[in-house]
Amino acid sequence: MQVTMTVNGAEVTRDVEPRLLLVHFLRDTLGLTGTHWGCDTSNCGTCVVLVDGVPVKSCTALAAMTSGHEVRTVEGLADGAALDPVQQGFMEEHGLQCGFCTPGMMLTARALLDRNPDPDEAEIREAISGQICRCTGYATIVRAVRWAAAHPATEEVRA
Amino acid sequence: MTAVEHRPANPAATSADRPIGFGRIQRKEDPRFVRGKGRYVDDIVLPGMLHGAILRSPVAHARLVSVDTTEALAHPKVHAVITGRDLEGLNLAWAPTLSADVQAVLATDKVRFQGQEVAFVVAEDRYAARDALELIDVEYEELPPVIDARRALDPGAPVIRDDLAGRTDNHVFDWEAGDAAETDAVFAAAEVVVAQEVVYPRVHPAPMETCGALADYDPVDGTLTLYETTQAPHAHRTLFAMVAGIPEHKIRVISPDIGGGFGNKVGIYPGYILAVVGSIVTGRPVKWMEDRSENLMSTSFARDYIMRGEIAATREGRILAVRTHVLADHGAFNATAQPTKYPAGFFSIFTGSYDLQAAHCAVTGVYTNKAPGGVAYACSFRVTEAVYLVERMVDVLAAELGMDPAELRLRNFIRPEQFPYRNKTGWEYDSGDYEPAMRKALEMAGYDELRREQAEKRARGELMGIGVSFFTETVGAGPRKHMDILGLGMNDGAEVRVHPTGKAVVRLSVQTQGQGHETTFAQILAEELGIPPEDIDVVHGDTDRTPFGLGTYGSRSTPVSGGAVALAARKVRDKARAIAAAMLETRPEDLEWEKGRWYVQGDPSAGRTIAEIALGAHGTVALPEGVDGNLDAEVTYDPPNLTFPFGAYVCVVDVDRGTGKVRVRRFVAVDDCGTRINPMIIEGQVHGGLADGVGMALMEFIGFDEQGNCLGGSFMDYLIPTAMEVPDWETGHTVTPSPHHPIGAKGIGESATVGSPPAVVNAVVDALAPLGVRHMDMPCTPARVWAAMQGRATPPI
Repeated sequence: MQVTMTVNGAEVTRDVEPRLLLVHFLRDTLGLTGTHWGCDTSNCGTCVVLVDGVPVKSCTALAAMTSGHEVRTVEGLADGAALDPVQQGFMEEHGLQCGFCTPGMMLTARALLDRNPDPDEAEIREAISGQICRCTGYATIVRAVRWAAAHPATEEVRA
Repeated sequence: MTAVEHRPANPAATSADRPIGFGRIQRKEDPRFVRGKGRYVDDIVLPGMLHGAILRSPVAHARLVSVDTTEALAHPKVHAVITGRDLEGLNLAWAPTLSADVQAVLATDKVRFQGQEVAFVVAEDRYAARDALELIDVEYEELPPVIDARRALDPGAPVIRDDLAGRTDNHVFDWEAGDAAETDAVFAAAEVVVAQEVVYPRVHPAPMETCGALADYDPVDGTLTLYETTQAPHAHRTLFAMVAGIPEHKIRVISPDIGGGFGNKVGIYPGYILAVVGSIVTGRPVKWMEDRSENLMSTSFARDYIMRGEIAATREGRILAVRTHVLADHGAFNATAQPTKYPAGFFSIFTGSYDLQAAHCAVTGVYTNKAPGGVAYACSFRVTEAVYLVERMVDVLAAELGMDPAELRLRNFIRPEQFPYRNKTGWEYDSGDYEPAMRKALEMAGYDELRREQAEKRARGELMGIGVSFFTETVGAGPRKHMDILGLGMNDGAEVRVHPTGKAVVRLSVQTQGQGHETTFAQILAEELGIPPEDIDVVHGDTDRTPFGLGTYGSRSTPVSGGAVALAARKVRDKARAIAAAMLETRPEDLEWEKGRWYVQGDPSAGRTIAEIALGAHGTVALPEGVDGNLDAEVTYDPPNLTFPFGAYVCVVDVDRGTGKVRVRRFVAVDDCGTRINPMIIEGQVHGGLADGVGMALMEFIGFDEQGNCLGGSFMDYLIPTAMEVPDWETGHTVTPSPHHPIGAKGIGESATVGSPPAVVNAVVDALAPLGVRHMDMPCTPARVWAAMQGRATPPI
């Protein structure tokens, strides 16, 4: 079947098997390997992408289900050379180690900040509670999101 | 709050403010990860690549009657179906394990655990490969399984390993350390003896990236390029050469970015070998990535130690001796990754941080119908189990004596003047200063105030617990006179090159899985040579581009390869001195070193920087006799001893009286890993380990039913802490350098995973103490805590 969607601002159309998961569509069909796959049961959240601005576990969505929608992956977070404040925050506060959960965590953080620009620790923890990180123990991820909240402008990050 | 790690006031510090050497700097590897440009095994695509999938046994113990692959082979997208019979023809059906046992690559005679590999399909894409698994028809003749390790040695227990000649039982090994007679004598005369069975249940490292491989065999020149999720690329290459008969110089193992390892990615799994076989059979690259259930059900688990511990003490709280007998469940094949002479790893450091008169441990390993493994999950070769046992037992003793558990520990620590300290099982602790670390943790926690709060809450019937633990690790394996894995000495290499323009590259045999090696090893070189970390490239994870060594596990990267890098850098520095002397027309002994530069004694303006010397070395400077024209050096480091990091942890929990749910309210961790290379990365390592500890203490569990069905086979059942289950960590540190390590560093990667579970369980038991509870086994799930509160038998989970 044919699917058409906007991925990181560009429209893509592909013929796919109806059963193709969104995560495999992004990784294997489009070559966007920043989105990871970590479990089969929608528990780990390494596969989180934004669909119309909302975090979605792409291992539990069919590519067909997102046809006609806007998908944003980690590759679409930075604006050219300028990092999203969330990306900068993860580097500033050591919010990542192996990097595998990081794309999903950052996209969830971006969605949180878009609806709540100044979240407190409890709100951040709740927002990322559908995702697992095995390396950081989460405290530095919380700090990273707080850093991004405190440095909202891309220009400030550049400077 | 007594504060935490120092962080610079200005996070946007300029390059001039950043340390050239040790200190907090951002990680060099981060820019690619935050852009989604990490390169993990499953991200790699080769032209013509096929996909493999493994058919696994649904039962724990059965005779394999037949495997019919006819229908699968007829699938239009299937290129090959490989069975155990096919592998027998290649002499590859069985492979050696890291403990000198053998493991079935694909089952031929029997299946011995649920999830064991039975057949391998190679197909056009990953979906088709999975489809074809459904078309394979396997007939099993079920056999009674051995699930409970306590029954494994019963007379008449089914013999799991009847593939081994002459095998009539499920016994793997007996091993002991310490002096049994001396220990028994101390126990016989002791005023107080407490005993407790302590179970460290089976858990799983469960890195976020599962295991996988991409094999690319070139039939024309006979070379194999193997991309693998491995923590030990060189060891894997050597073992592949031994197993598969491919000459070692024709094998290139590449371990790209690794999405977490924690010991899960040390062993050679059947899937890796099958990807290679698949590539040889089809003539095309073959990728195999396991799914989460395969990872949890078949790859290296951790722990599964049933420990009966005893402590002898005086009524005043002087600990005299410790003894234990352990039943170790090794699963269906003895595949643990540990030094050859240590079948129970470094468990014999169960004497902990205390000055004892005697100690003895005996460990019996048994086969069961469960997945193989045992040494994984940041365990420092079983130090985890050892620390958990002694730290739980000290609390049992404290309860018996009616003493405060922190005070009991303080009374029994090895004193600073006793180091280097030889314990009763033969370890030589290199350095330690325990009391200041303990007092710092108690102060940070506000221990006395917490006890007052607890007393008030207890008076109101509320359940609040305060748990203390103090650990000493033994890491950095290891000295070649004592340690090897399958005959390979546990040393690691480093190669340093300073390029003509003064930039440098350092090549490592160890392999990061998130620990930040690209940053910390650059910092070691920067500290030694004064070259800024951003001017240093760290190369690792590719056997063609790095020196030989045994890889990263057991917190050995900094203790072993860190030593290699420092010593190689010092060789470069010495060479630079000779060349600088030639350039300055003076004698080497007349030169003084300041970071990054040799200068003439008494005339600091007359000097040459490392960059100038590098250009001179590669240029036209007339070189002194015996000095060749480069600034390169290499070292294979054989550590003289292991290193002994330590730490003091305090955990505060609240237990819901109505549900038995445990909430970790606070966690204070004071660690001492000797010299600190990058405080930010150290803090990150500690944080991650603390979350592991909370997970194991409260949630994580690989259980089995009586038929051997795995009850922790997905993240629906194997519960890992999220941000909601862990608190904000409070960390601190003391610094007691290792006297024998070139930079005094001890390693930090596993400290918190080792030290935190007893703190959490001690806190839970402390909370339940008013109800008469003296001990409970992990994981302290609501159902188990509730049962303990009611004085009922422990439910399975």
